[in-house]
Amino acid sequence: MMRHLLSTQDLGRDDALLVLDTAEYMATVAGRSVKKLPTLRGRTVVNLFFEDSTRTRTSFELAAKRLSADVINFSVRGSSVSKGESLKDTAQTLEAMGADAVVCRHPASGAPHRLAAWVRGSVLNAGDGIHEHPTQALLDAFTIRRRLGRVEGLSVTIVGDVLHSRVARSNVWLLSTLGASVTVVAPPTLVPVGVEQWPVAVSYDLDAVLPTSDVVMMLRVQRERMTAAFFPTEREYSRRYGLDADRLAAMPPSALVMHPGPMVRGMEIASDVADSTRSTVVEQVANGVSVRMAVLYLLLGGTREVP
Amino acid sequence: MTTPAPGRPTPGRPGPGTPGPGAPGQAGSAPGPRAGAPDSPGTAHTVLSGADIGRVLTRMAHQILEKTAGGNGVVLLGIPTRGVPLARRLADRVRAVEGVELGVGSLDPTMHRDDLQLRAVRPLAVTDLPDGGIDGRTVILVDDVLFSGRTVRAALDALAQFGRPRVVQLAVLVDRGHRELPIRADYVGKNMPTSRQEAVAVRLTETDGRDAVMILSEGAGR
Repeated sequence: MMRHLLSTQDLGRDDALLVLDTAEYMATVAGRSVKKLPTLRGRTVVNLFFEDSTRTRTSFELAAKRLSADVINFSVRGSSVSKGESLKDTAQTLEAMGADAVVCRHPASGAPHRLAAWVRGSVLNAGDGIHEHPTQALLDAFTIRRRLGRVEGLSVTIVGDVLHSRVARSNVWLLSTLGASVTVVAPPTLVPVGVEQWPVAVSYDLDAVLPTSDVVMMLRVQRERMTAAFFPTEREYSRRYGLDADRLAAMPPSALVMHPGPMVRGMEIASDVADSTRSTVVEQVANGVSVRMAVLYLLLGGTREVP
Repeated sequence: MTTPAPGRPTPGRPGPGTPGPGAPGQAGSAPGPRAGAPDSPGTAHTVLSGADIGRVLTRMAHQILEKTAGGNGVVLLGIPTRGVPLARRLADRVRAVEGVELGVGSLDPTMHRDDLQLRAVRPLAVTDLPDGGIDGRTVILVDDVLFSGRTVRAALDALAQFGRPRVVQLAVLVDRGHRELPIRADYVGKNMPTSRQEAVAVRLTETDGRDAVMILSEGAGR
């Protein structure tokens, strides 16, 4: 296992499977009478969030606490960061405090990579700009494997704002490493430049790919990152790329509907689809804790010196 | 679990210690040639053959029945990797002797170890408790080799996560001495005094394709 988790592109197949298998163990902890393990006693995990994210931060916090690590939440609001402190100064502060792991979310792509060069502890990328969100992809793969028994050989369709989605990028790399075939579906304006370098097929027609999809992963339209008009109206986007009951009916009966959250009901996903038994949205949240426990254990559970 | 010295570098460990068995000599039915470390470096010395292991396990099954008044409320929990098939074999023998069905499961103590930071990260194994849990039961932990006692200590902590057994006992195929904690086994297949330079290797059909217990002196297959 490596020292940092910055990108799913760095994860080989064996590493990825080790995370999923370890998460399988962690998932059993949630069912015990005592939901806490002493494994990371005495280790300090810092949640360093330069962007608001209640669910990811809470998930990491719970994961670290279930492993008995000490957790410090370092959020931008009210800290020196909003007074102009640089990322490097923040890193040095954390270093001086003896952080064993830094969970970093940042609006700039690549910020966790920079951070990794400045701190001695492990850095976990919890979402950087429009680049990557590796633990989300790992929990998605974990959810798929638990529901459908495997990832290899499945057809996974990722739909929506691919351009601004770090979830999409991380999933594309991870799922193809694990042997799934991935299709991205988006309006032409929301398909990133350079997509031809990705191990994916690209389509602009959702209805054409639904009948052959084992998993349909819906992405949120990230208005906060949109600096131009990418589609005419929300209604038109929703009509062409939203998942409603009719489209759900066009999918194979065993196919899953996934969404990384937060959902915009009525926009990319209809409310009755989000609440259907085919939707894994709530499971994804629970699985997120197990997967993050697995990653924290694998990064912090052994000796610091790489043998 | 092949059991080389725990915490490999072993810095500052006191010299020779007191070699010798911790428990009194209830040596197995296979006295075998004394495991006096062969002088030639790099040798593997078989101490128990497959047939010997079979006899030892049969005796242990009888002892379990005797000591637990017929196996009433007993749960055998194997410690991965090789404790798990050993627990199953003991349950099979108990069934053959008295027709009693014991609970069988596995308990992975890894997350409770105190030496995690001394080595590369360890993969986790399955924990699988029999239906009915362990509350109020007699839990017998089963492992292949008892050495420092640290695995057993971790297993005791892991057990507390699942409930409160009435009694916890320990069954091991081999006790090789060198305890670092006040822990002893209730059922011992074979007491096997060793030096720290040696490793005890247990091979089982379920995990390795054959049954044997060997002493590897330095350099042999390590």
